[in-house]
Amino acid sequence: MTAPSGQGVVPAAGVSRRGFLRVSALAGGGLLLSSYLEPLGAAEDQAARPAGDPALNAFVRITPDGVVTIVAKNPEIGQGVKTMLPMLIAEELDVEWKSVRVEQAPLDTVRFQAQRAGGSTATPINWLPMRRVGAAGRAMLVAAAAQKWGVPAAECETSKGVVHHRRTGRSLGYGELASAAAALPAPDLISVKLKDPREFQIIGTRVGGVDNHSIVTGKPLYGIDVKLPGLRYATFVKCPVFGGKVKSANLAEVKALPGVRQVFVVEGGSALNELLPGVAIIADRFWQARRAREVLRVTWEEGATAQQGSARFAARAAELFQEKPQRSLRRDGDPDAALAAAARVVRADYAYPFIAHAPLEPQNCTARFHDGKLEIWAPAQTPEAGRALVAKTLGIPEGAIRINLTRAGGGFGRRLNNDYMVEAAWIARQSGVPVKLLWTREEDMQHDFYRPAGFHSLTGAVDGSGKLTAWRDHFVSFGEGEKFAPGADLAPGEFPARFIPNFALGVSVMPLGVPTGALRAPRSNGLAFVFQSFIDEMAHAAGKDPLQFRRELLAHPAPEPAPAAPPADAAARPPVLDEARMLGVLELVAEKSAFGKRALPRGTGMGLAFHYSHRGHFAEVVLASVTQAGALKVEKVWVAGDVGSVIINPSAAENQVQGAVLDGIAQALGQEITIDGGRTEQSNFHDFPLLRLTQAVPVEVHFRKTDFPPTGLGEPALPPVIPALCNAIFAATGKRVRSLPLSKHDLAWS
Amino acid sequence: MKLRLKVNGRSHSLDVPEDAPLLWVLRDEVGLVGTKFGCGAAQCGACTVHVDGVATRSCVLPVSAVRGKEITTVEGLSPEGTHALQRAWEELDVPQCGYCQAGQLMSAAALLAKKPRPTDGEIDAAMNGNLCRCATYLRIRKAIHRAAELQGEGAPARTAGGQP
Repeated sequence: MTAPSGQGVVPAAGVSRRGFLRVSALAGGGLLLSSYLEPLGAAEDQAARPAGDPALNAFVRITPDGVVTIVAKNPEIGQGVKTMLPMLIAEELDVEWKSVRVEQAPLDTVRFQAQRAGGSTATPINWLPMRRVGAAGRAMLVAAAAQKWGVPAAECETSKGVVHHRRTGRSLGYGELASAAAALPAPDLISVKLKDPREFQIIGTRVGGVDNHSIVTGKPLYGIDVKLPGLRYATFVKCPVFGGKVKSANLAEVKALPGVRQVFVVEGGSALNELLPGVAIIADRFWQARRAREVLRVTWEEGATAQQGSARFAARAAELFQEKPQRSLRRDGDPDAALAAAARVVRADYAYPFIAHAPLEPQNCTARFHDGKLEIWAPAQTPEAGRALVAKTLGIPEGAIRINLTRAGGGFGRRLNNDYMVEAAWIARQSGVPVKLLWTREEDMQHDFYRPAGFHSLTGAVDGSGKLTAWRDHFVSFGEGEKFAPGADLAPGEFPARFIPNFALGVSVMPLGVPTGALRAPRSNGLAFVFQSFIDEMAHAAGKDPLQFRRELLAHPAPEPAPAAPPADAAARPPVLDEARMLGVLELVAEKSAFGKRALPRGTGMGLAFHYSHRGHFAEVVLASVTQAGALKVEKVWVAGDVGSVIINPSAAENQVQGAVLDGIAQALGQEITIDGGRTEQSNFHDFPLLRLTQAVPVEVHFRKTDFPPTGLGEPALPPVIPALCNAIFAATGKRVRSLPLSKHDLAWS
Repeated sequence: MKLRLKVNGRSHSLDVPEDAPLLWVLRDEVGLVGTKFGCGAAQCGACTVHVDGVATRSCVLPVSAVRGKEITTVEGLSPEGTHALQRAWEELDVPQCGYCQAGQLMSAAALLAKKPRPTDGEIDAAMNGNLCRCATYLRIRKAIHRAAELQGEGAPARTAGGQP
């Protein structure tokens, strides 16, 4: 299987992470920012803009009436970035938020550089650059005023979109200065003066999403809402067995159905994240295309993947557990000796299933091919990678492709892959008409890039004093040789590595024909469940309180050994768990939830877990009850998170954390994709349950502010809630959950 | 099939097959795209509209079944986005991706029309069929209570189409 083109955007292990960080470190240092300061340059853009709407740079335009338009460069998938990035610019520009209009940028990586949604990266990457863009604009407006008044710029100050010169009592609004300012040279971005955080007026305040009014009034915003003259609907039928080829199909019969315009076979290739073989049906209306596909009969050449299935994967994992790991990923100290000398040894096997993303807006993309030029409207997370894939597959230059970014009805990592984009592009060119490709829910569920299943055989040891002295994990995953299937890897530095003196991580892989990829908090969403549950088992084996055991575990980190090839500069070092920050959120969540201090009846328990991912430190406590008959009720969740010195938008931050925690609960309770005969068995929300309103328990969110630059919140709050819930079930019932989902477990107790 | 469809108080003359789902007639023929496609099987509630004031899943409803009835969509909740629910949704910053919210609002509007001060239990019963993949449920519940308050203070609660 080839790696998906979007994989590099999620900070991962090894080289890709270092590469990613090098780019972000440069961006953070402002070295790549020069293009940000070029005003909207292209002639057609200038022509399209009303006269008297001067652009200070690629992000900021100000009309004479003082209305400030700020361009939001990244795709909005519900993470709030279309509001957050413009807040950073507006803050340093020193304008009032109510005078700001936000406009979504199309894909233009020359002007805007990185434009993607993934890995909770927008905050750490853009925190300084976007503020500098705003500050540069402010400096130009001040310079224009100073020139007009013949006074030194240093004597001018700004507030709420107005430049003042106090000594002479003069002031001019930004709208009056914009034309003159736009003609001035842009200042140096590195030395431009930024506000002292104590002066922030927008950052740190609760700001509603910029599209909220359009959302509640039903305005067209999403990919599915795009309209074009002469637009037809396309549906694309792929083999239910991943990667299967078309042998034959009743094309003529389908062509004769109501509303159907064209039916054709797309040969496609074999890379699961690119254009796969299938049958395209083009109809006047979507529901006609959908009905036509029910009549379509395809004889498929299913290929070897038809032999694969979830039961076989589990059986093979159990076999591999009996053997030595195929290779070692990390070995510290002498685990064998520590196990032999241990006071207590615990062995346990853990497993988590495949999971679908299931964003509520099914995959869709609108494409128009005309005169060798392709225009695309897509709810994409990685449009740049999508453009490269489309160019390669269609054999056209990237310069002939324009991608417009629509709001996406959820992403969660699904839209890191651009399979639906290349399908729409191909079908638009072959059919010669503008098409909106829209997947059904069933296709979305059955042709996802799933969170890969994983299997861990763990052995842990505690000594006579109750200290965790050894940890051995045989991780069975998917891949071939040294190559993991996308999202199926495990970083050698992943916690609790470094915190246990005798540590061995070995891995064995089996081949996989099922597409996999990043799902919100990739890797972490499965690993936290395994590791934080097993740490709980070890705490009980040591006879210690789970909170105290974790405190002691965090107390003695070993320095991370230097990488074989050290990165060129220190800033490019991969971020790692900071024990002081983790202890901080652990104490905070314990205090807020009164962990270990409540008298709880049998059948009710509290569970604790922490996890570091995507630069965020999170500790969470779940209160849950289980009836004697085994009915589980999650009662409440407490969250403590450390994402740095500033919560840029507290309203959006709380929303993200609560959503991520409830998302994790939904995964734990009942989500599982099973593969049989090389195909996905689930098809819609009746057999892949999303959380419902009645299951949405209170989630109390606390942020611990520390002296670090702010980082992202789309992902890191999710992982700890799953083990915290399983640990609460253990506290309530004495039953240890070692596989997910919970719906498969009998939790009855007596 | 020629039919007249009354949507948000306006009458539309359409020529559509009688088995066309109401959702797609609204989106493609009437041109109102606020109502969303999520599952196509009445399992997610993204396509919820009012048919004679009753919250109804439009993705599985043939257009022939609504002849002579009054349809209200999210666009018809109020002309300017001033319905108490819309104001509460903005005030509490409910949406994340926002895709389900039209359906959430329509289910909530049908509830508030019958129960101006709904209890949590009544909210559970009315809203449990509307999925939110981003899980904004805590704010949805809060915003329904807030809308009930706003409505008590005189915010419009009736829709443009004359339906509650």
